[in-house]
Amino acid sequence: MEMTLLEAIRAGLDEAMAADERVFIFGEDVGKRGGVFRVTEGLADKYGEARVMDSPLAESIIVGASIGAACYGLRPVAEIQFADFIWPATNQIVSEAARMRYRSNGVWGCPMVIRAPYGGGIHGALYHSQSIEAFFAHVPGLKVVAPSTPYDAKALIKAAIADPDPVLFLEHKKAYRLIKGEVPEEAYEVPIGKAEVKRAGSDLTIITFGLMLHYALEAAEKLASSAGLQAEVVDLRTIRPLDTATILQSVRKTGKALIIHEDGLTGGIGGEIAALVAEHAFEYLDGPVMRLAGPDIPAMPFAASLEHEYLLSVDDILDKLQAIAAY
Amino acid sequence: MIVKALPVSEQATVLSSDDLRKMFEFMLLARLLDERQWVVNRQGKAPFVISCQGHEAAQVGSAYALQAGKDWVLPYYRGLGVVLTLGMSPEDVMLGVFARATDPASGGRQMPAHYSSRPLNIISQSSPTGTQVAHAAGVGLAIHIRNSIAREIVDDAIAWVSFGEGTSSQGDVHEAMNLAGTHKLPVLFCCENNSYAISVPQHKQMGVQDVASRAAGYGFPGVVVDGTDPIACYEATKTAVERARRGDGPTLLEFKCQRLTPHSSDDNDRSYRSTEELKEMRLHDPLHRYTKYLKDEGILTDVDEQALRARIKDQVDAATKAAEAAAVPDPATVLRHVFAETND
Amino acid sequence: MPIDVKMPQLGESVTEGTIGRWLKQPGEAIEEFEPLLEVTTDKVDTEVPATIKGMLSEILVPEGETVRVGTVIARLIEASEAASNSVAPALPVQAIASRAPISPVVARLANEYKLNLDDIQGSGGGGRVTKKDVEAFLAQRSSSATATPTVMSDGEAVLNPQAVVDPAAAPTLAPPVLAPTAPGYPESPPLQRQRVAVDAAIPERPTEVSGLGPDDELVPLTPMRRAIAQHMVHSKQTAPHVTTVMEVDLHRVVAHRARHRADFERQGVKLTFTAYFVEATVAALREVGIVNSSYAEGGIVQHHRIHVGVAVALPDGLIVPVIKDADDKSLLGLARAVNDLAQRARLRRLLPDEVQGGTFSITNHGVGGSLFAMPIINQPQAAILGVGAIEKRAVVVSENGMDALAIRPMCYLSLTLDHRVIDGATGDAFLTVAKRILENYSTAQL
Repeated sequence: MEMTLLEAIRAGLDEAMAADERVFIFGEDVGKRGGVFRVTEGLADKYGEARVMDSPLAESIIVGASIGAACYGLRPVAEIQFADFIWPATNQIVSEAARMRYRSNGVWGCPMVIRAPYGGGIHGALYHSQSIEAFFAHVPGLKVVAPSTPYDAKALIKAAIADPDPVLFLEHKKAYRLIKGEVPEEAYEVPIGKAEVKRAGSDLTIITFGLMLHYALEAAEKLASSAGLQAEVVDLRTIRPLDTATILQSVRKTGKALIIHEDGLTGGIGGEIAALVAEHAFEYLDGPVMRLAGPDIPAMPFAASLEHEYLLSVDDILDKLQAIAAY
Repeated sequence: MIVKALPVSEQATVLSSDDLRKMFEFMLLARLLDERQWVVNRQGKAPFVISCQGHEAAQVGSAYALQAGKDWVLPYYRGLGVVLTLGMSPEDVMLGVFARATDPASGGRQMPAHYSSRPLNIISQSSPTGTQVAHAAGVGLAIHIRNSIAREIVDDAIAWVSFGEGTSSQGDVHEAMNLAGTHKLPVLFCCENNSYAISVPQHKQMGVQDVASRAAGYGFPGVVVDGTDPIACYEATKTAVERARRGDGPTLLEFKCQRLTPHSSDDNDRSYRSTEELKEMRLHDPLHRYTKYLKDEGILTDVDEQALRARIKDQVDAATKAAEAAAVPDPATVLRHVFAETND
Repeated sequence: MPIDVKMPQLGESVTEGTIGRWLKQPGEAIEEFEPLLEVTTDKVDTEVPATIKGMLSEILVPEGETVRVGTVIARLIEASEAASNSVAPALPVQAIASRAPISPVVARLANEYKLNLDDIQGSGGGGRVTKKDVEAFLAQRSSSATATPTVMSDGEAVLNPQAVVDPAAAPTLAPPVLAPTAPGYPESPPLQRQRVAVDAAIPERPTEVSGLGPDDELVPLTPMRRAIAQHMVHSKQTAPHVTTVMEVDLHRVVAHRARHRADFERQGVKLTFTAYFVEATVAALREVGIVNSSYAEGGIVQHHRIHVGVAVALPDGLIVPVIKDADDKSLLGLARAVNDLAQRARLRRLLPDEVQGGTFSITNHGVGGSLFAMPIINQPQAAILGVGAIEKRAVVVSENGMDALAIRPMCYLSLTLDHRVIDGATGDAFLTVAKRILENYSTAQL
C-alpha cells in the first residue's frame, strides 16, 4: 500500500513494538502528542505510556538513559525531536553508546536507536534544519542510517531496532510527507549497510541520500531527456558503514561520480566518499570526482529567500551533471 | 529533606560480627591492593593508577548492602572497594592495572579502574564521569518500564551509581536525578565527596555544603553520611535500597570521605594542599578508625589483624604475580568489538 | 626576459602539433629566422624558425610530444641578455602534460590495450579523449576483428586489472545487469547505447602488437605514416569512390615541352609534364566547376578559387603541397610552383599553409611506371586526378577521315570522384576537357 515516509516509519515502529516487548520509545512529546511530527501517533494508546514515554526536555538523558536501558536488556528507541537538538547528547552518543562495546572488549553493547528528524526546506531556520550525518559518521561504533523512501524506511527502522549496536536513524523532515511510495503488506528486509541503485545508468554516477535522492532522480530524468545521458543514482541509505562495494561498482562502470548532500560541503560525507572513490576506483575515473553540497555557512537561515538560496535544487543538480558529462 | 546518618559509635546495626569482620577484610584488601598498584606504578610496570584510599568505608559499607549480580552497579574510577565487595578478585583488578588481555573490565583497552563485569552487572565506565549517572537512571527506567508493563514488581533490582562531588556539577547528573525523581526510579545516587575534584576544592565547585541537599530539588531524599564509617554507610544504603525496591524511588547518598592520595599517579597534591591539611587528613583514615572500632568492640584482635594482613598480602602478591605474567593483548585484536561479532 | 616559443598555428584546421626534432639545444645561439625545431602535424612536417636573435634557454616539450597550438614549447633569450646572462640553461623537460588531461581510466585503458591516444579523436572538454571515445575506438576495432569479446571488468578486479583484462580482447559494451530497484522506482531498461566512432572514422591499427610473429619486426608508425593512414581510411569511409579513365595523346605536349624546356631552364624553371597536367586540370575545373567542390551535410560547397594540390612522394610517405590560385598562373608559373613545392617538400621546408586549402588534387603515380590507378580522394575535396606513365604506344589516329597507325606518347588519366558530389558523366566531362586541352596543345602556346 502507498505510504508517506513518515507513515512507513510509524508502521515499522509499530511492528517492532508488537513483535518485541523490550522495545520502547523515549523522547520529548512522543506519548500522547505522538511526536511533534506525529511519527509515534497512536503508539502510546496501543502500547501504553510506559513504552511510549515522554521524556524530560533534556537530550543527554534521553540518550544516556537509553544506554542504561539497553545495557539492562531493553531495546530503546530514543527520539531527538529535531536533529538540531542532538548536540547536548553528543557525549552520550559518541563517548558512551558508540564506545561501550569496544571499551568493554565486547562484553557490553548498546542495542538502541536514536531517531532524529533532520534537513531543511521547511522554514525551520538555524535550529530546525540541520543535517548532522557527517558529525556522527565519523564515529566508529555507531551506525548512521538515512532512508529516503517509504519502502526502505519501514524496513530499516526495524533493522535498526534489531541491530545489536547503536544506530542513529535520520529522517528527512521535508521528505516525511512529501515522499510517498509503495510499502508491501508482507514482511521484507532491507539490511543496514547496503546502498541501492535507484536508477540505472552508464554515463555517470550520482551518490546521494535523503531528500537529495529524489532531486537527483528528477535531475537524472531531465538529463536523459535533454542530453540522452543516463545517470546512475546510488541511494546510500546507510551513511556508516558505507556500502563501498556498491559505490565503487557503479563508479567503476561509469567513470564519473557526483556526490550530493544537503549538508555543508567542507568535512561533509561527500569528502569521504570522494576519497574512497579516488583511492579504490582511480584507474576507472574519467573525470574529477565532484561534490554538490550546501554552502559552508553555519546553518540554514529563516527568510524564505535565504533558505531557498541555501538549498540545492533539481536544476543545480542538472547543471552539475551536464558539466560533468561534458568533461 | 536531608537526613544525617548517625555516627558509628551510636549506630544500632543489624550487622553481625561476621559481617563487620568481612567488611573489614574488604576494606583492608582494598587498601593493600590499592597500595600495591602504586608500587607497580612507581616500578614503572603500570603507567597509571588511581586510588580508592580514604573511600574504603563508604565503598565497602555501601556495596555491602547490595545484592551482587542482581543489582546494577555503576562505580566511578575510585570504586575499587565497591567491586571487591561485589566479588571481583584482586587478580581481576591487577589484570586491569597491567592492561592484560584477560582484564575482565576491558581486555586492556581502558585505563585501570574503569570497572566492568557482566556477571556482576557492573556496567562499563568511561573516564569523564557523570555519564554513568545517566546510565544508572536508564537502568532504573528500564526496571520501571518492565514493572509497569507487568503491572507488578517483577524485578526489584536497583541501580547503584557513584560519582565524586566534582562530577555532581555535570549536567548529566542533574538530568539523571530529574528523570529518576520524575518516575520514582529505583536508583541510588552515591556521591563520594572527598572535597577535591583533582585540585579544585568543594567551595570552588558548588554553593552548597552538602550535595545531598540538592535531592530536595528532585523530589527524593538526600542523606549525608560519614563516609569514614562503614556501618553508617551500610545502614544508609540499606535504607535507600529497601525504599527503591519497594518502588518508592531514588535516594541521594552523600558519603563524606577523605582522599588520602593525590588524584592519581600523575598528580601531586602537595601543590594544592597544605602540609597541615595532609597531616590532618590522616586522622580521618577510615581503615584506622574502623580497625580501632572493631578492636574496641572486641571483634578483632591484633593477632587477627596481623594474620589477616599476612593472608591478604599473599593474596595481593599472588594476584600481582599472576596478572603480570598474563598475556598482553594480541595487537591483531585492536580492530575487534567495534560492532557486535557473531559470538557476542 | 625570456621569450616564449609557442606551438604555431599550422593552418586553420590544425589544433596541435608534434615536436619532430629540436634543431638547437639549450644554450645554443640562434639567429632570427634560423630553424629552431621541426614540427610535425597531420598535414606537414615543417621547421619553425626563431623569432629573435639570441639563445635557446630551455626546451619545455620533448621530441615526439604532441601539444596544442599556443602551448609554450621553449624559451629564448634575446641576444643582448644572452650575452650577459651566465645562468646555465635549463635542462630539457622529459614530458610535459600540456595536452588536454588524460583521465585515469583512459590512461589505464590506453596501457591495457596498447593504444596511442593520438589515434583517438577526443570528444571531451578541450578535446580530451574520454572513456567513451576509447570504448568507441575499441568497439570499432573489435567490430572489424574476429576476436571473441571478453567482458571488461567493472568490479573487484580493479586492484589488479591486468589480471583479468586480456589486452588482446575487446570489451563488450553492454552495461551490466543491475540490482532491482525499490518499488516506486521502476527499473530503467538496460541502455543499449549506440557506440559508433565519433565524427571521423578512425583507422584500425593495421598491426596489432600481439600479432607479431617471431620472424616479424614491428616498424613504429611515423607521424606521417599515421596521418596518411588516418586520412586514407577517413576518405574511403566518407566518400563513395568512383573512378573513370581516359587515355590522352600527349604528342603535342611533348613537342611543346621539347621546344620550351631550354627557355624555362634559363629562367630557373624545370619544365615538367606535371605543369601541363595542372594547366589542363585548371581548365577542366573552370569548365566543369562542380568538380572543384566539397561535400557537406548542408550542401555541396562549390569553391570559386582553384587550389590544386600536387602529391609529392617522399621516402617515408607522401605530401600534397598546394598551388594556390592555380588558375592565375601561366605554364611557367605553374612549373615554377611545382618545382618549388616539390623541392621544398622533399627538404621538409614547406610552410604549413602550403599544404592546406587544396580544392582538387593531382597524383602523378605514373612516375613509377604505373599505367593507371584509382587514387583516394584527398578529403574534403570532391575528386582527384591520377596521371599514369607516359608510354609510347601504337595508336590509330584519324586525320582527314583517314585512319592510320601512329606511335604516340600516351597516358591514362583517371579521375576518382566522390559520387555524393559528382556523377560519372560529370567526371567524364572533366576528363574530356583535360584531354582536349592536352591533345590540342599549341606548340607556340605559353
